[in-house]
Amino acid sequence: MAIPSVGVKMDVQHLSAFYGEHRAIEDISIPMADREVTAIIGPSGCGKSTLIRCLNRLHETAPKTRVEGSVFLDGDDLYRLDPTVVRRRVGMVFQKPNPFATMSIYNNVSAPLRFNSRPSREVMDQTVLRALKQAALWEEVRDRLDSAATSLSGGQQQRLCIARALAADPEVLLMDEPCSALDPIATSKIEDLISQLKSNYTVIIVTHNMQQAARVSDNTAFLYLGKLIEFGPTEELFERPKEKLTESYITGRFG
Amino acid sequence: MKFNRATRRKLFSHGMTVLTGATVVLVLIPLFWIIYESAILGASVFSLGFFTQNIPAPCSPHPGVTCSTNGVGSAIQGTVYLLLLAALWAVPVGLGAAIFAVEYGGERAIARVISMAADVLSGVPSIVAGMFIYALLIVYYPLLVFSVISGSLALGVIMLPIVMRTSEEALRTIPHSVREAALALGISRWKTSVRIILVAAMPGVLTGVLLSIARAAGEAAPLLLLDNGSLHPCMSVDTVCQSLSLTIYLGATSPSQNWVSIAWGAALILVILVLGLSIVSQLVLNRTARKWGQVG
Repeated sequence: MAIPSVGVKMDVQHLSAFYGEHRAIEDISIPMADREVTAIIGPSGCGKSTLIRCLNRLHETAPKTRVEGSVFLDGDDLYRLDPTVVRRRVGMVFQKPNPFATMSIYNNVSAPLRFNSRPSREVMDQTVLRALKQAALWEEVRDRLDSAATSLSGGQQQRLCIARALAADPEVLLMDEPCSALDPIATSKIEDLISQLKSNYTVIIVTHNMQQAARVSDNTAFLYLGKLIEFGPTEELFERPKEKLTESYITGRFG
Repeated sequence: MKFNRATRRKLFSHGMTVLTGATVVLVLIPLFWIIYESAILGASVFSLGFFTQNIPAPCSPHPGVTCSTNGVGSAIQGTVYLLLLAALWAVPVGLGAAIFAVEYGGERAIARVISMAADVLSGVPSIVAGMFIYALLIVYYPLLVFSVISGSLALGVIMLPIVMRTSEEALRTIPHSVREAALALGISRWKTSVRIILVAAMPGVLTGVLLSIARAAGEAAPLLLLDNGSLHPCMSVDTVCQSLSLTIYLGATSPSQNWVSIAWGAALILVILVLGLSIVSQLVLNRTARKWGQVG
């Protein structure tokens, strides 16, 4: 077993993921730094979403899927832990906001508590308050916690989903193109939020928007056709890419 | 007069539109006729006593004699017992099969086999379901062959595929993203299935239950073999009780005028029940469809 390097929260080692016989990502190794933002970029279909879905073991919930290699979280191999335990430690925000439509705002945020640890009402109230504040949504919903989650706008729904993920008190937050369904104002709110969240959480964000990766991330991984082409500090990768392929992608020659 | 091709085509098209429109009318005529006929004939016997009192002696009016048309109290009671007992086992079993097929069967062949089995079961004639329960009970529990319990077993067989298929459809309408949202929060698969997906699909499931009840309420064939009617008050579910559908059979085939009238009254109750259940279930469904439309 490889020993994870110091300061690395999540260590992806020789990871491959399959849909049936099709290998979506191939032998990927990325050390993801603690309390920093790691961006995963690449053209559509390059496997970035597949990669991030392996990091909370969601990939395997689809039929006929398989994973090879390992992912270490603080030295624990995710694939040797119970998947529900993994998902409580590694939260996820999806491309399209997916609040529970049948629940109120309060019940959405408290869902991970109500269904998992079932704490007292007091603890739950505090957690909901904390999570909504962290997601910068508290001021907008404080007077209508009992309204339906669907009464919120798309951008608010996405921040609600971030709050819901944070309520579970994860160590790592995965974000799969969290702004692609949002308008520019909602996008900039989420980006501000990401910068604040990294003081407490390790954030891994998939994005097809290179400006966004440059704005919010500390390190960037560039994927192409299921392979990791280049990984390094965001500034370096964008200003002095080592690989020809990276350079042509970030200068917009393909993608 | 001579038509060119284009005109002929247009005429043909118009003609077919008129023809298909006419078939719509033909479909609607029986529906409204049934409602109209049973409303006119049935409502004439409606009174408070009609819903509470027991079936009277058969009688046709002649000078000096008036016949009672009260009532179908015991038949209502019997039908309620039959439907409750049938739902009591058919709903949990149908729902369980639906949850398994959708949440655990996934793409696997077993899910398709379950759904197909339910489709075949829904095509089984109700009299065959009745005969099956009859044959089963006469071997293992002959004392219960003629009882509300046996009738409810047969009605449950009829309800089962309806509950299963509509619940399955309802569970499948919940977007996959909801399931992923729950799983990604570390909520276990079982809790995701039952406390999030099933709760979200509840209106659809409820619709299926209501429709299956509406369907079973009007069934008479299996009851002819099992819970085959009684003129006495309904005392307990291990004995035979009257039901609304058998009251119609009894009255419609009777020469006595008051029984014929009672049959129409029972028919009206059933029509109202079925119509009401259908309308309520549609309303419930429409409301939830709107809710999920607002996500994202």
